[in-house]
Amino acid sequence: MIASATDIAKAVRTKECSAKEVAAQCLARIESTDGNTHAFLRISGEKAIERARQVDEAIARGEDPGPLAGVPIAVKDNICTVGGTTTCGSKILEKFESRYDAHVAQRLQAAGAVIVGKTNLDEFGMGSSTENTATATTCNPWNASRVAGGSSGGSAAAVAARMVPAAIGSDTGGSIRQPASFCSVVGLKGTYGRVSRYGLVAYGSSLDQIGPLAVEARDVALLMGVIAGHDRRDSTSVDAEVPDYVAGLDDPLDGLRIGISEEYLGEGLDEEVRGCVMAAIENLKTRGASVVPIHLPHMNYAIACYYVIVTAEASSNLARFDGVHYGHRTPEPKDMIDMYASSRGEGFGAEVKRRIMLGTYALSSGYYDAYYLKALKVRTLIRRDFEEAFQSVDAIASPVAPTPAFTIGEKTEDPLAMYLSDIYTISANLAGICAISVPCGFSGAGLPIGLQLMGPAFGEGKLLSVAHQYQQATDHHEQVPPASSTD
Amino acid sequence: MTDQAITTRTIIGLEIHVQLRTATKMFCGCPLKFDAPPNTCVCPVCLGHPGALPVINRQALAYSMLTGLALSCDIARHTKWDRKSYYYPDMPKNYQISQYDLPLCEHGHFEISVEGDTRRIRIKRAHLEEDAGKNLHDVPGCTLVDLNRAGTPLLEIVTEPDLTSAEEAFVFCTELQRLVTYLGVSEGSMQKGHMRFEPNVNVAIDVGGTEYRTPIVEIKNLNSFKSVRGAIAFESQRQTAAWQEDHDYVLGKVPNENRGWNDDRGVTEFQRPKEAAHDYRYFPDPDLVPVDVTDEMLAGVTARLPELPIARRARFMSEFGLSPKDTEIIVGHRGTADLFENAVKCGAPVDILGKQFVNVWLKLANDRNVPVTDLSVDAERMARLASMVADGSVSATAANRIAEAMLDRRDPPDLLADELGLVQVQDTGAMEAWVSEAFAANEQAVRDALTNPKKAKASAGFLRGKVMRISGGKADPKLVGQLIEKRLSELRE
Repeated sequence: MIASATDIAKAVRTKECSAKEVAAQCLARIESTDGNTHAFLRISGEKAIERARQVDEAIARGEDPGPLAGVPIAVKDNICTVGGTTTCGSKILEKFESRYDAHVAQRLQAAGAVIVGKTNLDEFGMGSSTENTATATTCNPWNASRVAGGSSGGSAAAVAARMVPAAIGSDTGGSIRQPASFCSVVGLKGTYGRVSRYGLVAYGSSLDQIGPLAVEARDVALLMGVIAGHDRRDSTSVDAEVPDYVAGLDDPLDGLRIGISEEYLGEGLDEEVRGCVMAAIENLKTRGASVVPIHLPHMNYAIACYYVIVTAEASSNLARFDGVHYGHRTPEPKDMIDMYASSRGEGFGAEVKRRIMLGTYALSSGYYDAYYLKALKVRTLIRRDFEEAFQSVDAIASPVAPTPAFTIGEKTEDPLAMYLSDIYTISANLAGICAISVPCGFSGAGLPIGLQLMGPAFGEGKLLSVAHQYQQATDHHEQVPPASSTD
Repeated sequence: MTDQAITTRTIIGLEIHVQLRTATKMFCGCPLKFDAPPNTCVCPVCLGHPGALPVINRQALAYSMLTGLALSCDIARHTKWDRKSYYYPDMPKNYQISQYDLPLCEHGHFEISVEGDTRRIRIKRAHLEEDAGKNLHDVPGCTLVDLNRAGTPLLEIVTEPDLTSAEEAFVFCTELQRLVTYLGVSEGSMQKGHMRFEPNVNVAIDVGGTEYRTPIVEIKNLNSFKSVRGAIAFESQRQTAAWQEDHDYVLGKVPNENRGWNDDRGVTEFQRPKEAAHDYRYFPDPDLVPVDVTDEMLAGVTARLPELPIARRARFMSEFGLSPKDTEIIVGHRGTADLFENAVKCGAPVDILGKQFVNVWLKLANDRNVPVTDLSVDAERMARLASMVADGSVSATAANRIAEAMLDRRDPPDLLADELGLVQVQDTGAMEAWVSEAFAANEQAVRDALTNPKKAKASAGFLRGKVMRISGGKADPKLVGQLIEKRLSELRE
């Protein structure tokens, strides 16, 4: 069984074991486990071993390779890495090789981490189940007939199945938190601007954030400390000091005010999910927290607002995939227009096309004011709702998703039902605040259930300490899925 | 109706793209090089690679604000960036980052002088955007794309339709080029495509008090002042003729259109009707944060705003008494005007400096094909030479030779004059001897001067020339003239 990132880094730094041994063990574990899960799109074994060897050499020279020394990490395949492909789960980028490393990839490697492979996702991050992908659907390690969630389903499944101690995902409307909840791991979406987006293939630029997933909040804190911080290549990256998240994990929770909103616990919420979430809140109360009812009046408009903004941005962001400069180009175009139309028609999947069309429509002359502009105004109202709520509470607790992991294929024909699975997560993206998903129990059918904690802008430290102390008091995260008990 | 007398008025508005002379591109760190091999000044950002993000060039912003101030624009205190969507192979992201509804500069004006009249042309707006790359069609059967130019900062200046003739537009464009080079915000090279013009033209036709307006034509992508003048003049005539042919050729009945200028044939050619205009689906670029122009930023740029060419020309004429022609030449370039003004500050007599500047220094610079500021003669030495002529220590003619010597040596002009033996002789004894020598050697001229009234003046001048030559240029020509007159009148007695 693979150890935590914290333990691995400690063992490697103290020469208890070598980074190379860790990498080899991790690769073997992926090899033996991923056949049924399909968490990975690509495994970069040789490169990982070589990188691990460099870490070992640095240690042998007496250097400190950094806080993630020798820690194997899986990276979602919409984050650019040099050497091998960055496909975004799309046929249009099937053979695309990035010429540069994303900011987070640079940070991870500079901290001594070893990137072992790229994980599966809904094409360009568009989806909630990792079924919208040019290759295989990622299965939930807890039940292979269930989805892993999405769009960072590959990263969540890889961590849940103990193939890697930690992974990197991206979250536009819940794409880290929802799969984390479906797979029983911790996933953090930081405040918008906390982690540089440079090198993250853009989906909804004003909503996208990169974040870590791991079994324990402690590891998430460790990774967040490495990847967060200002990057002048991303104009939306915020130049604010990054606190020592690990050091703050045990800060006492006395006086913690947890907000609960009816809007998050109403119609459509599965009773088992409600039960686990309420129990988790009760648990926090025993640790010194108090519960404060809050009201988020514009919550009901979040989904509509989100799908106008995210599709509008996506329609523009994905315009560059045209077969002219890179990516898939139709073999025998009749003319220039046909080259554009056919290359894109062949390269994009159905959900991507749907969102491009929705967004194009929303931005069209004559519709802009009614759709995009109106959505921006609603977004401001939602953001204000949260700002006001955080005047009286330190964190807001809610479910991550209305149900546990659904069955593969169950919602693929019904896009609206699929969109509704993001109902509790998208407001954090619209408001630009931070939110974390923490395992808080299992359904009767043995499917994981997650607790979401949302915090004010740059409140990641508080969320991490609450999640950590909750995990200290519970054992949900210690449960291991059947798919990973093969060895 | 066609028999009735008509009067026409051409209505012209201009859109001008000015390439800014920043070291790097608008949204990335790639250098701006005019003739680099294709696709060598590129990076993930300007190639539009997945995941790459733009960061604004602060210098481009400052240059644009400086230009806006020079055009008397209001500078927006809050401005943002928008995406303009359309598909074209030379635009890697398939959207252009531009400014849509909150341009950096708005509501300005620019005064030009056309045939003695001052005309105030209102500036509607000026905004920053990025240029596209270039599609190259030189290889048969395929189109190649060079993205070196992609992401180059452009300032798009849009006028109100205040221009009324091809000539006015021509003057406007040339004055604008002078302004942007004066400000140092653009190289303003037409050869390198630093300025591109798109006039919008239509004609108001008055028939017995009823006005008809022809559809508006946008002439795309003109890259010389001459083509601006030619294309507008052609359009004005073409549209009037088209209306005379068919009175339904009016705004609203016939769609506006885009036309291109064929320089060889001297005509505009139809490109596409404006009805088919793109829906650019503008929306705020979420990758860039809005810019809030602070008091400090604005003050910093305002402090760098120099005296503008038109004001400076007026001042040079009134303060230095220069002729309009000389003023035009001297104020044409900022460095030249600065050099002149510095020389005045160093004590040069303005009248002599003005003559020397145009007839000596600018000529020497021209001969060498360099700007006068590169002649390695500073304002102080120029001032000294002018003063030497003024106090009579060298002649104007001798000053030419000293000036040439000054190009090669950094010594003071006094030393050079001495070495060249050009210090003017004031000693009448020596000059009397030279006059005698000249009279003895040119008897016929002396006779003509004394007896032939038709040739008297010319002969006296001839003799003065001979004396100057004998003196090796050292004689004071004025004094020599006086001595010759004196000698001639003695001979007459």
